[in-house]
Amino acid sequence: MSLTTPTVQAAAAAGPALPAQSAWSSIGLIARREISTRTRAKSWRVTTLIMVAVVVAGVLIAHFAGGLTQSFAVGFTPDVPAATVNAIEATAKAASVSMTASTPASQDAGQALLTSGDLDALVIPQTAGDAPSGAPSFEVVVKQTLDPSLQATFTALAQQDALDAQVTGLGGDPGTVAAAIHEANVQVTALEPEPTIDTSQIVVGLATVIVMYIALMMGSQFVAQGVVEEKSSRVVEILLATVRPTYLMAGKVLGIGVVVLIQMVATVGAAALAAHCTGVLDASAIHLGSMLVWSVAWFLVGFTIFALMLAALASLVSRQEEVGSVTMPALMLAMLPYMYTVTVLLHEPQAQLGKVMSFVPFFAPFLMPVRAAFNVVAPWEQPVALVIAVAFLPVLAWLAGRIYAGAVLRTGARIRLKDALRSA
Amino acid sequence: MAVLDVAGLTKAYGDLRALDGVSFRLEAGELFGFVGSNGAGKTTTMRIILGVLTADAGTVTWDGAPIDFAGRRRIGYMPEERGLYPKMRVGEQLEYLARLHGLDASAAVTASKRWAETLGIDARYADEVQQLSLGNQQRVQLAAALVHSPDLLVLDEPFSGLDPVAVDVMSGVLQERAAAGVPVIFSSHQLDLVERLCDRVGIIRDGKMVAQGTIADLRHTDTPQWMIDGPTGDGWLSSLPGVRLISQQGARTVVEYSNTDGNSGSSTSGEAAIGQTILRAALAAGPVTEFAPLRPSLTEIYRHEVSTTEESAAHQGNGDAR
Ligand SMILES: Nc1ncnc2c1ncn2[C@@H]1O[C@H](COP(=O)(O)OP(=O)(O)O)[C@@H](O)[C@H]1O
Ligand SMILES: [Mg+2]
Repeated sequence: MSLTTPTVQAAAAAGPALPAQSAWSSIGLIARREISTRTRAKSWRVTTLIMVAVVVAGVLIAHFAGGLTQSFAVGFTPDVPAATVNAIEATAKAASVSMTASTPASQDAGQALLTSGDLDALVIPQTAGDAPSGAPSFEVVVKQTLDPSLQATFTALAQQDALDAQVTGLGGDPGTVAAAIHEANVQVTALEPEPTIDTSQIVVGLATVIVMYIALMMGSQFVAQGVVEEKSSRVVEILLATVRPTYLMAGKVLGIGVVVLIQMVATVGAAALAAHCTGVLDASAIHLGSMLVWSVAWFLVGFTIFALMLAALASLVSRQEEVGSVTMPALMLAMLPYMYTVTVLLHEPQAQLGKVMSFVPFFAPFLMPVRAAFNVVAPWEQPVALVIAVAFLPVLAWLAGRIYAGAVLRTGARIRLKDALRSA
Repeated sequence: MAVLDVAGLTKAYGDLRALDGVSFRLEAGELFGFVGSNGAGKTTTMRIILGVLTADAGTVTWDGAPIDFAGRRRIGYMPEERGLYPKMRVGEQLEYLARLHGLDASAAVTASKRWAETLGIDARYADEVQQLSLGNQQRVQLAAALVHSPDLLVLDEPFSGLDPVAVDVMSGVLQERAAAGVPVIFSSHQLDLVERLCDRVGIIRDGKMVAQGTIADLRHTDTPQWMIDGPTGDGWLSSLPGVRLISQQGARTVVEYSNTDGNSGSSTSGEAAIGQTILRAALAAGPVTEFAPLRPSLTEIYRHEVSTTEESAAHQGNGDAR
């Protein structure tokens, strides 16, 4: 037995490299066990498939519903003059109203399409012979109401027709007047230009905060349940006879992080791919590529923050039933930015409170990606917020490690945070 | 030189002194039985050796140096509260624990299979732990303690809840490990088993070691007794100084020797010589059909130690109160 002494001394003489290596191999083994046992579970595979299916279905529905920017189907009966059709199309285009024109065989056929919902509006030639001069050369039939943006298009054209008729009546040239009116624009200079928001930004912003919330909550709940599983099955005692508590916690957080990242990359990747193939976001102002990269960064930071908090809190209890109540305070920290996003930020992306909160480490992972979807972040904002959050991590890791180490071997009644910190 | 030297361990939980100066040594290849009533401090001592609990005072020395993290990874540990991942397969679990103890992947598989076979659980290798009976889970737990070929075994009540066959398997493994030079310390309430297996025994009471030594040492007494089935009456005893009659039932006589002058009775050879003198005196008085030294069993020693320390502890308590 005394033969082993020189080996031990040799190992000690080799310096800190040796324990560090064994630390990483322990953490690696623990993380690998988490990854293999969790990804093998049927429940995990089914959840992943469902999430992928839901987001792809969402994108496809958006696509087949005509894209996220609204487009109108307008029918023209064959007897509407081509000039009118062209004029309507040109006016719609000038007003950024997206419309597709079709020509039903007759007015009856067109009305049938209106009733079935295939057409939003049907343009027919002017019927009343006794129309005052200057009245537009067409009429519009709808099922119930005319969409305001189409209404504006038709009205603008009708007013143009009326104006032309009056100008002609006064002996002028409608073309010259039109050109002059076109020139007469008021120059507007915005001091703080408000970026235009399209529906797709709201949808992507909402989807981002939902996916981030699900990913962070699911991942950190996995960590909390894993910690308590080891505590309640008492396997933690033989594990801690081999590895340090902080390695066990680090390996668990790392392994579960990888598992959830796989799930998120699959889900978001499927959504991005579907959006790319259908072109559903092509018209929108979102920078999808950079948003995805930043979202992954925010997921990693957010997961580390919440996983460490929940690991520490969960180590205070010994039964799965108690996990919910002990982790409640941390879950509130995720609930807050989520609720704020849904109720305020999606409608008011410029909100000052949202901007300030998006620099706070707990909130940044939720708020920054949403603000990025609205293009309201200056280029420096995300890097600075990320540096703040990353700088905060060692402090959190140290605190969480202390709580975990002080509590994880004490089974039975819930341990008070103070006692866990003291006995570490 | 002792492989494991536990010295002066003290541990308090609030006002409760769970350990109060526990010391013992373990030599290479020695089977050490650790006995004591519930709450005496056995589990606390073992947890401190494993480093899952820190002592308030005292040291644990391994091969002459304070035991460190690397040294503790060389221990095979079976905690009192059994713990395995319920949903992990037996084989995977053993391989995982072997790797955490530093074995490479192929060595971990080889060792896991070997121990599963030795302990008779190889048929359940691919089953989830929770599907096994408690007895078989216990075998897995022992395999988990052995899978990395530890240099020291620390087993907390390894025999509790085992059927007689499993007890034999477990005893066989412990003896085989000890014979291979691995010191083994285990706690148990099955004193007959401890008596049969162990080279040395330590008795702990209220956090203090009250007796320790080989079974023979513990059985040794300054007032040895013999049982003689032979002459009746106590007339034949009168020629024997220091020997007195303890009891007599029919032809069955129990006598006791107590040292009155020198200390010849305190050595084993002196004790044997006195026995022979008594036997000769009995034979001179009549036929003897049975003659044997009356040695206390471990159970009797244990009862004696536990009750006397209970009294002294009570006295001490009164003293402290004043
Ligand atoms: N975590 C703990 N908190 C408070 N008291 C404890 C704790 N663990 C053990 N004890 C007390 O320490 C004493 C020794 O316990 P233990 O070492 O488990 O005894 P044994 O294993 O010999 O039955 C007992 O009185 C027990 O109640
Ligand atoms: Mg015990």
